[in-house]
Amino acid sequence: MNHVLEVRAVSKSFGANHAVRDVSLNVERGELFALLGPSGCGKTTVLRMIAGFETPDRGDVLLDGKQIAQLKPYERNVSTVFQNYALFPHLTARQNIEFGLRHKGNAIGDLAARTQKVLELVQMLGKEERFPARLSGGEKQRIALARSLAIEPDLLLLDEPLSALDPKLRKRVRGELKDLQRRVGITFIIVTHDQEEAMAMADRVALMNKGILEQMGTPEAIYLRPKTRFVASFLGSVNWRGEYGVRPEVVRISPTAPRNGARSHRAQIHSSLFLGNCFHVEARLEDGTALTAEIPRQDQTYLPGENVHVWWHPDDEIHLPAAS
Amino acid sequence: MKNRWLAAYAAFAYLFLHVPLLVLTVFSFNASRFTHWEGFSLKWYAVLLEDHRLIEAALNSILIAVAATALATVIGTIAAYGIWKRSAPVLEGSLYTGLVTPEIVTGVSLLALFQGLFHYFNFRLGLHTVILAHVTFSIAYVVIVIQARLKTMDKSLEEAAMDLGATEFGAFRKVTLPVLMPGVIAAALLAFTISFDDYVITSLVSGVDTETLPMVIYTMARKGVSPAVNAMSALIVIGVGALIVAAEKLQQQHT
Repeated sequence: MNHVLEVRAVSKSFGANHAVRDVSLNVERGELFALLGPSGCGKTTVLRMIAGFETPDRGDVLLDGKQIAQLKPYERNVSTVFQNYALFPHLTARQNIEFGLRHKGNAIGDLAARTQKVLELVQMLGKEERFPARLSGGEKQRIALARSLAIEPDLLLLDEPLSALDPKLRKRVRGELKDLQRRVGITFIIVTHDQEEAMAMADRVALMNKGILEQMGTPEAIYLRPKTRFVASFLGSVNWRGEYGVRPEVVRISPTAPRNGARSHRAQIHSSLFLGNCFHVEARLEDGTALTAEIPRQDQTYLPGENVHVWWHPDDEIHLPAAS
Repeated sequence: MKNRWLAAYAAFAYLFLHVPLLVLTVFSFNASRFTHWEGFSLKWYAVLLEDHRLIEAALNSILIAVAATALATVIGTIAAYGIWKRSAPVLEGSLYTGLVTPEIVTGVSLLALFQGLFHYFNFRLGLHTVILAHVTFSIAYVVIVIQARLKTMDKSLEEAAMDLGATEFGAFRKVTLPVLMPGVIAAALLAFTISFDDYVITSLVSGVDTETLPMVIYTMARKGVSPAVNAMSALIVIGVGALIVAAEKLQQQHT
């Protein structure tokens, strides 16, 4: 096992608010790890404890096997890209990058060369003499990334790296960030509340809720084999039907009863919306319950009021008791 | 059309604010001692140079203002920073009380304090007590001006500095203080003006041997304003104006 970071049974309270309770996770060297969860779930507090801005009440944080929980931010080789980038407004882009190199990088000698290298890496050559006020949101993020990468940290933490960007930019930057992570080979931990972002970018995801770690694993594993109803519902919509649930994309609709083996119900189409890549269909089952289905565009179209059969494979059912 | 009205309105407002200063400056160059124009003359500036009482009072005022400004700006900046880092409602409230307390009350209470201290320590009223008094009432103004600047400052800047290897003190010195600098300069200018201008408190705690410019001018004005006072005031206006221009220049360099 090659863990660059181990978080062991960490807890943190702010007054009566138990922000993080007994969270353990490990991050492997070179992977892109996502801390996912709704706002207020404690993911940012976990990140801040890894960065050194908060000290855990209980538990250990190990970087390369060494205890760092009590160390100051400037004593650990970890760097953070802040949500609002936190570029120093009185310094130029170049001076922002040099700030870390002068204090943490032990690289006074090749300062210029390393600054040049990271500027190239984030494709910001030519804009290094600008002050942050004269950079766009995307450019600020690149300089913030360059500033953190320049000190060659063991671990790069990114707090909601896409949330401050224009929605149109987000998908592109998502790809660029992942690509950058592969090229530099530094372990990235991103904090996000967007499950699509986490699944698209991360090698592994840790999903948190109310201060507790719900599940950790590859995006596929936690999507297909969620351990709790919260995980299942947070990662995508689910039609809960008593003891089990079915995701809309595995539900099929046909005019006649399907072949053997499928779980089938008679139903009436309530509404059918064309979403471009698929149809979003609401159906009412005979027992009165509602069911949502996402069916491929190539399938036959259905009109409200039509009587149909809805069905799915029992293998696609998510079996989880309602209490969890 | 709308713009023209706006320009006229602005011009009127500026006139209203600055005509008195202009009149003062013009009459400081008047040959007559009265308020009708007799011709250009520098004689009141010559009279001023001969007036040792006025000159000494002006030097006292400058010395007091510089010392009080330096002390109040340092203490006030640290106080504002401390309140920003960790909220201190009692400390903050007590600073604001200083602002709303009538000057005469502040002056009398300071005088009582100093006189109390004289029983235990061997010192008398003079420049130093005036400086202490000015520091006392300037701190609250400094804190307020710097707090306004801190409110717009991103708290993660200091964290970013520490994240990049700076210690707590390094983060303050290399990031927070430079970002705050325009506020610090503005606060110092305000403290300087308030100190230079103060009459009530100063006259109470200055003792018998120390006179400041406002005190001398006030005494002289009772016997009719001498144009030498106009000349002195004109010099002050020019001095303060130069300070403000310099401060503006300094601030522009930072952005």
